[in-house]
Amino acid sequence: MDNEKPIVDFGAIRDALGKDFEPVQVMDGQAKVIKPEIVSKYSNEQLVEFFKLMLWERTLHQRSNALTRQGRLGFYAPTEGQEASEMGSNSAMKKTDVLMPAYRDIPQLIQHGLPVYKAFLWSRGHVLGNEYPEDFHAMPPQIIIGAQYVQAAGVALGIKKNGTEDKVAYTYTGDGGTSQGDFYEGMNFAGAFQAPAVFIVQNNGYAISVPRRKQTAAKTLAQKAVAAGIPSVQVDGMDFLAVYEVTKAAREYAAAGNGPVMIETLTYRFGPHTNAGDDPKRYRTKDEEQPWFDNDPLIRYRKYLTDQGVWSEDQENEYIEQVKEDIKAAVKQADEAPKQKMTEFLGNVFEEQPQNIQQQITEFQAKESK
Amino acid sequence: MSKKTYIQAITDALRLELGSDEKTLVFGEDVGKNGGVFRATDGLQAEFGEDRVFDTPLAESGIGGLSIGLALEGFRPIPEIQFLGFIFETLDSIAGQMSRERFRTGGTRHMPITIRSPYGGGTHTPEMHADSLEGYLAQIPGLRVVTPSNPYDAKGLLISSIRNNDPVFFLENLKLYRSMKADIPDEAYTVPLDKANVVREGTDISLIAYSAQVNQSLKVAEKLEKEGISVEVVDLRTLSPLDEETILKSVQKTGRAVAIQEAQRQAGIAANVASLIAEKGALYLSAPVGRVYAPDTVYPFGLAEDDWLPAEDEIEAKTREILNY
Repeated sequence: MDNEKPIVDFGAIRDALGKDFEPVQVMDGQAKVIKPEIVSKYSNEQLVEFFKLMLWERTLHQRSNALTRQGRLGFYAPTEGQEASEMGSNSAMKKTDVLMPAYRDIPQLIQHGLPVYKAFLWSRGHVLGNEYPEDFHAMPPQIIIGAQYVQAAGVALGIKKNGTEDKVAYTYTGDGGTSQGDFYEGMNFAGAFQAPAVFIVQNNGYAISVPRRKQTAAKTLAQKAVAAGIPSVQVDGMDFLAVYEVTKAAREYAAAGNGPVMIETLTYRFGPHTNAGDDPKRYRTKDEEQPWFDNDPLIRYRKYLTDQGVWSEDQENEYIEQVKEDIKAAVKQADEAPKQKMTEFLGNVFEEQPQNIQQQITEFQAKESK
Repeated sequence: MSKKTYIQAITDALRLELGSDEKTLVFGEDVGKNGGVFRATDGLQAEFGEDRVFDTPLAESGIGGLSIGLALEGFRPIPEIQFLGFIFETLDSIAGQMSRERFRTGGTRHMPITIRSPYGGGTHTPEMHADSLEGYLAQIPGLRVVTPSNPYDAKGLLISSIRNNDPVFFLENLKLYRSMKADIPDEAYTVPLDKANVVREGTDISLIAYSAQVNQSLKVAEKLEKEGISVEVVDLRTLSPLDEETILKSVQKTGRAVAIQEAQRQAGIAANVASLIAEKGALYLSAPVGRVYAPDTVYPFGLAEDDWLPAEDEIEAKTREILNY
């Protein structure tokens, strides 16, 4: 009886899980074009514009890092290494799409339309940074891991109920975020309602210090969408064109009324979790980091452009200087924001003020007028 | 005017608001074809269609997040959480998200969401189906916590909650659903939020209660009247933020107060009422503020629940104690 085969071979089923997910790549780490039919879709000018987006994000990161150290910014989550993942996905979206970002998605929020000085004010904890005009389709950065996923499902259902055409909700989380209940609930709700949502997972290898392999037994994060009945894909997150093309296709699919899509980008957080004391040396080695640093999304893309003769060091330096000037101006504008008042905070708790709020406004008015 | 039970008054309010505002949506677990496990949404899907009244997958945090997203797209969501004991699953959506949005966006976004949920003991439900968790909710800035004690208020307060542009947690008492009937207007009407109601005037002592405890307090008041004791009963209606003026005015008049809640003693609404009186009305008092509550245990579902719940005789005893202090 010992040799009898069980009715189900669970080992074989487990080994097959996730096998369908091969990362999509357009240009490999050595700038070799894998999919020339994609690259040839774009003029050299367009390809340069894409590169500038990544260079802009890298420069923003470097300046934000420095400003944080000088105490001129508050909370900052470094984005270095994730430029292809963030700019590649975000630039495939439309300004009318609704962005539900997390705290590492500030560059996308800015490219979606948030002025840089407002992003800096958010970092400092000034509410003006979160005051968005009605026609800016985004929410302030989410702090609770995964909460934006269930909300994105709601936005997407709202888009569907309103009958708005060519519009999607899109949202980001990291590899750690895929362990949250809200991650599953958001995808499952969007799937059940066939709502136009694009869920993006930036798998940057770490949830603060906990590596991706400890988050789940699943081979890929992309396969987590399978259980919700929605299509998903894994993409080389260091390959701008691959992320861009995949996200564009996902957007078109969702906007056409086919239901939601999930994308896992394979990327790496070059720096610490945040600038509030996290030290990656405590939980990862140089040997692990170096291949990723060599795989920098800017290196391969820059090599391709210079090989084509459409990008030079001078152009790069000139552009970086221009971005730095813009950032300098944004810091100045942020510095000019008025001091926040407790009476204004109290006034934004409810639309119609209950007694406790009225009383406290009166108390603080007296203090503030002194 | 028609005679309606408490739950019929709630259905009535939902029907009227679905009919008058096309942006309202009713959704949750079993609220569609089934009309809700208590039939609060009975017939609404048939009348307004699946687009406006719909079932969701079984996940409370998803329901909370869905409400927030729909509000951002211009809808006026009226989600149902099937039992108040299930809110822990969606507490982030309530406390961490929707109640903060007006504040965190500097007033540029708002969340006109009314979450309905049944609660309260005495109907022999399973575990986690009868707990009074309003004390947790009352500490959340930006959230109104509202609960009616009768069919008239149920309809009027629910309509006010739905029309309000801020989130309201609307608590419906399970035991009152079918045990009370009253003549209420057929048309839409509102009962104001943030306003307590003096449901019975008196001069000797104030009983400050809400939901099912209002009805128990009224019975005590009637009994004591026969002994020549004049009891005032205040129905809080909005539990957070409190209507401080009405509470203090009543205590100023009577000089004695008992705060009553069905929940366990620790950190509840009655504690808020007692501390308010201590802070702003201590000099009105001829006796300490009394409190009636359940023991500080988790809710003992099943056979022991009637021993645990504050009973009419406990309210009567505490009222006499404070009167004779």
